[in-house]
Amino acid sequence: MNARATNAGDGTVKPTPPDAPSQARTAPARAAWLAHPLVRPIGALVALLLFDAFLVPGFFHLETKDGHLYGAIIDILNRAAPLMLAALGMTLVIATRGIDISVGAVVALSGTVSAMLIGGTMVVNNGTQEYVANTPMALALAASLGVALLCGLWNGVLVAGVKLQPIVATLILMVAGRGLAQLLTDGQIVTVYYKPYFFLGSGYLAGLPFSLFVVAAVFAVTLLLVKKTALGLFIQAVGINPVAARLAGLRTATLITFVYVFCSACAGMAGMLITSNIKSADANNAGALLELDAILAVTLGGTSLAGGKFSLVGSMIGALIIQTLTYTIYSLGVPPEVNMVVKSIVVFAVCISQSSEFRNILRRSA
Amino acid sequence: MSAVASNARGTASRGTASLTGAPWFTSLVTVVLLVAMLGIGGAVYPGFLSLQVVFNLLIDNGFLLVIAVGMGFVILSGGIDLSVGSVLALSTMICASLLHRHVPPLAVIALVLFLGACFGGVMGAIIHLFKLQPFIVTLAGMFLARGLCYLISVESITIDDPAFTAMSQTQVPILGGFLSPGAIIALVVLLVAIWLAHFTAFGRAVYAVGGNEQSAAMMGLNVGRTKVLVYALSGFCAALGGVLFAFYMLSGYGQHGQGTELDAIAAVVIGGTLLTGGYGYIAGALSGVLVLGAIQTLIAFDGTLSSWWTRIVIGALLFVFCVVQRVMGGRAKS
Repeated sequence: MNARATNAGDGTVKPTPPDAPSQARTAPARAAWLAHPLVRPIGALVALLLFDAFLVPGFFHLETKDGHLYGAIIDILNRAAPLMLAALGMTLVIATRGIDISVGAVVALSGTVSAMLIGGTMVVNNGTQEYVANTPMALALAASLGVALLCGLWNGVLVAGVKLQPIVATLILMVAGRGLAQLLTDGQIVTVYYKPYFFLGSGYLAGLPFSLFVVAAVFAVTLLLVKKTALGLFIQAVGINPVAARLAGLRTATLITFVYVFCSACAGMAGMLITSNIKSADANNAGALLELDAILAVTLGGTSLAGGKFSLVGSMIGALIIQTLTYTIYSLGVPPEVNMVVKSIVVFAVCISQSSEFRNILRRSA
Repeated sequence: MSAVASNARGTASRGTASLTGAPWFTSLVTVVLLVAMLGIGGAVYPGFLSLQVVFNLLIDNGFLLVIAVGMGFVILSGGIDLSVGSVLALSTMICASLLHRHVPPLAVIALVLFLGACFGGVMGAIIHLFKLQPFIVTLAGMFLARGLCYLISVESITIDDPAFTAMSQTQVPILGGFLSPGAIIALVVLLVAIWLAHFTAFGRAVYAVGGNEQSAAMMGLNVGRTKVLVYALSGFCAALGGVLFAFYMLSGYGQHGQGTELDAIAAVVIGGTLLTGGYGYIAGALSGVLVLGAIQTLIAFDGTLSSWWTRIVIGALLFVFCVVQRVMGGRAKS
C-alpha cells in the first residue's frame, strides 16, 4: 500500500485536475482517479520539473529571440524528439508482446542513407553561396524512409513469418545494421552541406522547433489509427493472447509485421531528425542505445512489457521524463555518465513496482 | 514452417531424419563450418593454417569464451544476460583502480570475482522474486555496471602491476605453439563448465528449468535457487572475463567490452544452443567463439576487407543459425 501512499503524495502536489468531478469527491472516485495508469508517469514528470524549478534558476523562463522561443523546456522538448518518435513505435511493438532492439541500428542506417543521398556541396554562384544536394531532398527522405521500412519488414517477417523470438529476430539487424551503415559510408562520418535539410532537425516553425511538429504529427496519426480504428483493439488482443486473437479471426501475422514496420519507420524518422540536427551521419554512434531509452520510456509510461494494454501518451511522457532527467543531471554539474546509474535505478524501481509479486508483498505486509 | 519440418521428418528416410533431428546437429554444423573456414583460409592465405593461428584465436578470445560459457548457462535456463559486457568493463575498472592503490593482485582478483557473482546473483534474485523478464532486469544491470565504471573514473587507467604484466606476457609452450595463461584459464573454465552442466545435479536442474519452468517446479526442483545460481555464475564468468581482459589489455576502462554481450549471445547461438532454453551444449560456446574469432582473423588476413564486415557476417550467421534451428528443431516456443 506504500505505492498508493506515494501516489497520493504526487496527487496532492498537483492542482485538482479539471476532469475530476469536483463535488463527487467520494473515496471510490478518488481511488479510481489515482488508479489511472497515467498518474504515476505524470506525477514523476511533475516532481522532476518542480525539482528542476527549485534547483535550476530560470528553468521555466521562456523568451523569444528572432521570433524563436528559447528556454529549458523548449530545449528538453526538442532534444526528446527522436526519443519520442522511437518510443511511439516501440509502444506498439511491446503491446504485441514483442521487443525491437534494432532501433538504434535503423536510426544509423536511415540517417546514413539520407545524409549520403543529400550530401550537398556549396557552390558559389554569382558571388552568392548556394547549396546543392546530390539528390532532390524529397527523394532522399523517401529513400531513407524506404530503407527503414525494409528494415521493419525484415524484422516483421522474421518475427511473424519465421516465428523467431522478437529479441533474437531484431538482434540480427542490431548486429548487422551498423555494419551495413558503415559499409555504405566506408567507415567515414558523412557530413551534410545542404541548408534545407537542416530545417528538419534544427529549424523553427511558428516559433517552435520543427522537430516538435514532426513528433506531434506522427503522434496524432498514430493516436487516430489506434483510437478511431479497430487497430488499437487488435494490437491489444494480439498482446493479451496471440493464439486467441488468431482463433478469433485476426490476421496476427500481418498485424505483427505492421507494428515492426511502424516501429522501424519511426526509428527512420528519428534517424533523419538526428542527422539533420548534428549535420552529419555517424554510422557507428548515431542512435547508440536509443533502443534501450525507448524501451525505458515505454516502461516508464506504464505499458507492461508483458504486452496487451498500452498507452501512447504514457510513452511520450516517459520519453520526456528521460530527457528531463538527463537535463537535470547535466545542469546539476554531475558528470553525465552518472546518468546511466540513475536510469538503471529508475528502471529497477519502476519494474519492481509494476510487478504483481511486489503488490502481493505489500498487501501481505499492510 | 515447423509443421512442414515435422512432416518431412515423419516421411523422410530414417538416416537423414535422425541426423538432422539429433540434438547435436546444429553443433555439428558449427564445427563443420569452423573447419571449412580454416580450410578455406589455409587454401587462400599462405601461413593461415598453422597451429599458432588457432591458438591465437584462443588467446585473443579467451575472455569471450569465459563469458560465453556463463551466457550458455543463462540461455540454457531460458533467460538472457545483457549485463555481461558492462560487468566485464566494471571488473577491469575495479582491478585497475585497486592495483593503482597497491592492493595485492590476488586479493583484487578474488574481490572482483566475488563482486561479479554477487551482481549476477542479485539480478537473478530480482528476476525470480518479482517474476520480471530477465531481459529488462539485466538491461538495467547493464546500465548500472557501465555507470559505476564511470563513477570510478571516466578516464582509462593503465595497469602496471608486475603480476598482471607477467600474466599478459607469459607464453606457455604447447605442441610447438604457445598459449597465454588467460587462454589456459578460459579452457579450464570451459572444462569445469562442461562437468557442471552434464555431470551435476545443478546442470540437470538448469536444463529442466530451461525446458519448462513449471514442470521443473512440480518435479520438486528449487527453481529460484537454480535461477539465482545461474545468474551468479554468469556474473562470475563476466567478472573473470574482465580479469582476463585486464590481463590482455593491461588497462581498465569504462568503454571496454562494448557489445560483448551480443558477441557472447551470438557465440552461444552459433554454438547450437536454442535461445528458448533447455536445449544445447555448453561446449558449443567454444565452437561459437572460435567461429567468431575465425571470421575476424580471415578479415584481418585478407587485408582489403574492412572491420565492419565482421558485424555483417556475424549478423548473417546469426540469421542462418536462428532460422536453421527454428526449422530443424521446431521446438522453439513463440
